Parts: sequence; structure tokens; C-alpha cells
Amino acid sequence: MLAGAAGPARQWAIEHQVQVGRYLGANDFVPVSQAHIMADTESLGSAGVAWLERMAALPERQRQVRIPTITDPRGTDFAAAAKLKQLPWMLDLERRAIAAFQAMGILMTDTCINYQTIMPALRNEHMAYGDTGVVIYANSVLGARSNFEGGPSALAAGLTGRTPRYGYHLPERRRATLLIDVAETPNELTDWGALGAIIGRLAGDYWQVPALRGIGHVPTSDEMKHFGAALASYGSVALFHMIGITPEATRLDDVAVPTIPVRATITAADIRAFQRAYADKVDTVDVVVFSAPQLSLLEMRSLANMLDGRTASVPLLVVTSPQVKPDADRLGLTARMEAAGATVLSGMCFYQSYAREMAEANGWRTLATNSAKLTNILGGYGYRPALLSMAACVDAACRGRIGP
Amino acid sequence: MKEFHARSAMGQRVRAQALVAKDGFSARYDLDRINGTFSRPEHKLAGRSYVGRILVLDAAKGGVATAWMLHEMQARGVLPAALVLNTVNPIMVQGAALADFTMMSGFDTDITQAVPDGALVEVDPGADPPCLRILTAG
Repeated sequence: MLAGAAGPARQWAIEHQVQVGRYLGANDFVPVSQAHIMADTESLGSAGVAWLERMAALPERQRQVRIPTITDPRGTDFAAAAKLKQLPWMLDLERRAIAAFQAMGILMTDTCINYQTIMPALRNEHMAYGDTGVVIYANSVLGARSNFEGGPSALAAGLTGRTPRYGYHLPERRRATLLIDVAETPNELTDWGALGAIIGRLAGDYWQVPALRGIGHVPTSDEMKHFGAALASYGSVALFHMIGITPEATRLDDVAVPTIPVRATITAADIRAFQRAYADKVDTVDVVVFSAPQLSLLEMRSLANMLDGRTASVPLLVVTSPQVKPDADRLGLTARMEAAGATVLSGMCFYQSYAREMAEANGWRTLATNSAKLTNILGGYGYRPALLSMAACVDAACRGRIGP
Repeated sequence: MKEFHARSAMGQRVRAQALVAKDGFSARYDLDRINGTFSRPEHKLAGRSYVGRILVLDAAKGGVATAWMLHEMQARGVLPAALVLNTVNPIMVQGAALADFTMMSGFDTDITQAVPDGALVEVDPGADPPCLRILTAG
């Protein structure tokens, strides 16, 4: 591949992987069984799409990925683009990117919850996953092995079938580096997200591995999803352990020396204070968003139950995956949410969908969400986000403001 | 002239004015990439232009988008001259590799405390070991 005998796409891919691996201390490669590509066109831009198109124009044998390669959410739901006031140039870029990915044999799954809907990784399975929420869930909850693989690197892994062996592919990197005591186990998804955000800020960088002690019940997949997505977002963290719960940490000494000091004890008051720091800055809300990560079928059912008999007075966006959406349609959940004024979107994610341009086009400035990850991202896009429970978000959508 | 050695580096040698803060870096979370400024209100460099500057920051943050975004920013000419970090994550390395962008990380000292904001600095990835030089204080 390095010599170019397998064509220029694979030659670029292996050169890229060698360069990344050298920087990060890899001695060799490890075969991976799947790749997952983050490739919304807001990130790619026209330069990135043109770069992809050059790859896609190569002969079929040279351009096709070698392992199952799937995609993260796209930058739009074409069926709702006009309602979101997305512009034709955005949709043109999306169509071009999709055509290029498909020419390379990539499956357009358009989801960040593939561990709930496509094919969960197995323990010790090496992957090249390209969404921080997917990586942290696969590493921590499933015991799989992946680093954060950005779009170019995930594509390179798809083309070569391997990735540089550094970071969380190595057992010694998976040991805990900080111990956190949790005084009260969260119940609401938002509280799990807030807990992840607080620990993410404490951890501080990619190479830290928090171990949590004191979690009182086994979290659900959705609770782990919100916790992990926020921890990865606020801390750039890719792996955590919950003692007695996650597969590599039956006991603390499975992942740490017994003398590891307690870095912090997180209380319910800490979680409330974290949420208030966002909510106190917002009174009226322009838009309510459920997204980041995409909603599971069970979250869709919870939301439909809460919306029954109510009417949203501001735009209420509900974002799920293309795998969940048909079930939500079939089971009547979509219709119940739409009857309350919600817009149910599929295959996109709010912050990956030209959030700044949507804000300007729709006059959205203040936003309510139950996703801690989304609150972390949207400040940079010009929004003032409030972090509320799912029920409080529904109230905010119906009243147009927070609180009674 | 002060020199600081780094454990890892890539890209070409560059010389520019430093923009320094004890804060993180993510292209998606922190930047208005159209106007070339830091846009996250909580960021210590909020409102300041990063174009053509050598960013000296603490740690790589956020999600995977930066891997594409450095390439996209380069195509539009709204890119920093280089990125210098205490701690990288793989996304920054992958993005720098795609964009052929100059990056350096891993020092024996906190590099955000060692380099004055506004100083003229040189980042030399090809030196052995890779080296950041402060040419004139800001």
C-alpha cells in the first residue's frame, strides 16, 4: 500500500496512519473490524467534499473500503431542510458527499447510536470509531477498543482495514488515572449528562481514565449514553470505568492500584449547581431540541408520552436515527409527537447541521435541551442553552419559557 | 532567546506572533471559523482573531470534527499558523496530518505559562528534538 500498488487512496490512507501513529507512539498496526466516519458537510466544507470526490473517482477496486464502514449523522434531514431554513448549497454539498461515500462502498447509516441500533462491538474487539460518544460507550460499556478516529482517520481505517496501535488499543492505557466517588446515583438522563460533564471537566484531557465508585444501580443504555457523551464532550475522555458495573472493572483493583486517591466526591448538589449555571442565564426559549446523541426508541416513547395532549408554542425538534425512525413511525410515536407540534428529524444531529446558520435564519438565540453535550457545544455557535430535564424541556416548549 | 523542547511535532517550521491562554482547543466548540475568531463566550480568547497566529494552549478538547475542520479552514485561508499544546488528543494529530499543518505538543513545562501572549515565536518541528523558540517577548 505504501508503495502505491493498491492505488492512491490506500497509499494516502496508510501514509496518514503512519504519520498519526508515529506522532502518538504506535509501534505497529492492529486490524479493526469496523470503521465509523464523522463526515457532516459543515465539518468537511467544500474543500473536504472535493477531496472525497477525488477519492471516489478512482477505479472501483482502488476506492472501495475493505471493512464494514458506516457513517455518523449527516448535516440535514432532506425531508425537513426547508422547515429548518437550511439553504440549497448545504443540501448540494450533502448530496455530493453522500454520492462520494457510496461510491467508496460506505454504508450511510447516519447515526451516532450505532451501539444501540446497528451492531454493538464485543469486548476486546478493535474498532476505528469516529464519534466521541460512540467511542466512549464502546470502550467503557462494551469493553471494545478504539481511539477517537476523526473522519479522515476512520476513512483511512476503512481503506486499509487497520489502525495504528496506540492509546486505548493498549491494555496498559486502559487503567484508571483518577477515582471519583459518586454520593448519589442520578436518575434523570439530564443528571447523568451533568455528572459526565462535571467529571469531564475534572479529567481534563484525552489520556485520563476516570473510575467511578458508588453508582447505586446498573444504568440503562440511555443513561450510559448521556453520561458518556457528556464526559467525552467536556473532557475529551474516551474511556471510563464504573466499579462493579462496566466489564473491565468488577473490582477497583482490576483497573487501579488500591491506593489510588479519590480526586473528588460528586454530590446531588453539584449536579443541581451545574444545571443551574446554564438555566439561570435563560428565561424565554426560542427553540427546544432533543438531540446529541440521537434518541433511542425508548426515549422517543417517553417524549411521546409527555407530549400527549399538549401543544408546543415554540419549535420543538426531536432528532433520531434512520434506524429508530421507522419503528417510531410504525408504533405511532412520530404521529403523537407531531400532533403536539414537534418536528421529528432523522439521520442528522442538531449541532452537526449548520447550527449557526439555522440560528441566524430562524432567529434562534436561546435553546432548551436535556443534552449536556449539546449545551457544551452550542455556546460557540452563538446560542444561550439551558440544560433541563426532558419533562422541563417539554414544559418550556409549551410555555415558551423556563419555569412556571 | 528561550527554547522549549517538545516530545512530538509535525509540519513545517513557522514563525509568527503567539496567541496564548491556559484553555483548551476545539475547532467545532470554540471557533467562529467564518470570521476567524474564538467564539465560545467562556473561552479565555473569546473575541480574538486566531488567523495567522501560533496558538499556544493547554489541551485538545471536544469532538472529532477538528479532524476535517483544519483542512477546511486551510482551504479558506482562515487557519492559525501553528498549534502548540501541552496535551494533544488523536483528533488534533489526525487533523494536522490531513491539512499538513504545523503542530507541537508535550513539554517539560506548562507551555502556556512559558510563552508570553503576543511574543514572536518560532515553531521548528524538524529540529532534534522539536523546538519552540521565543524570539522576542510580546
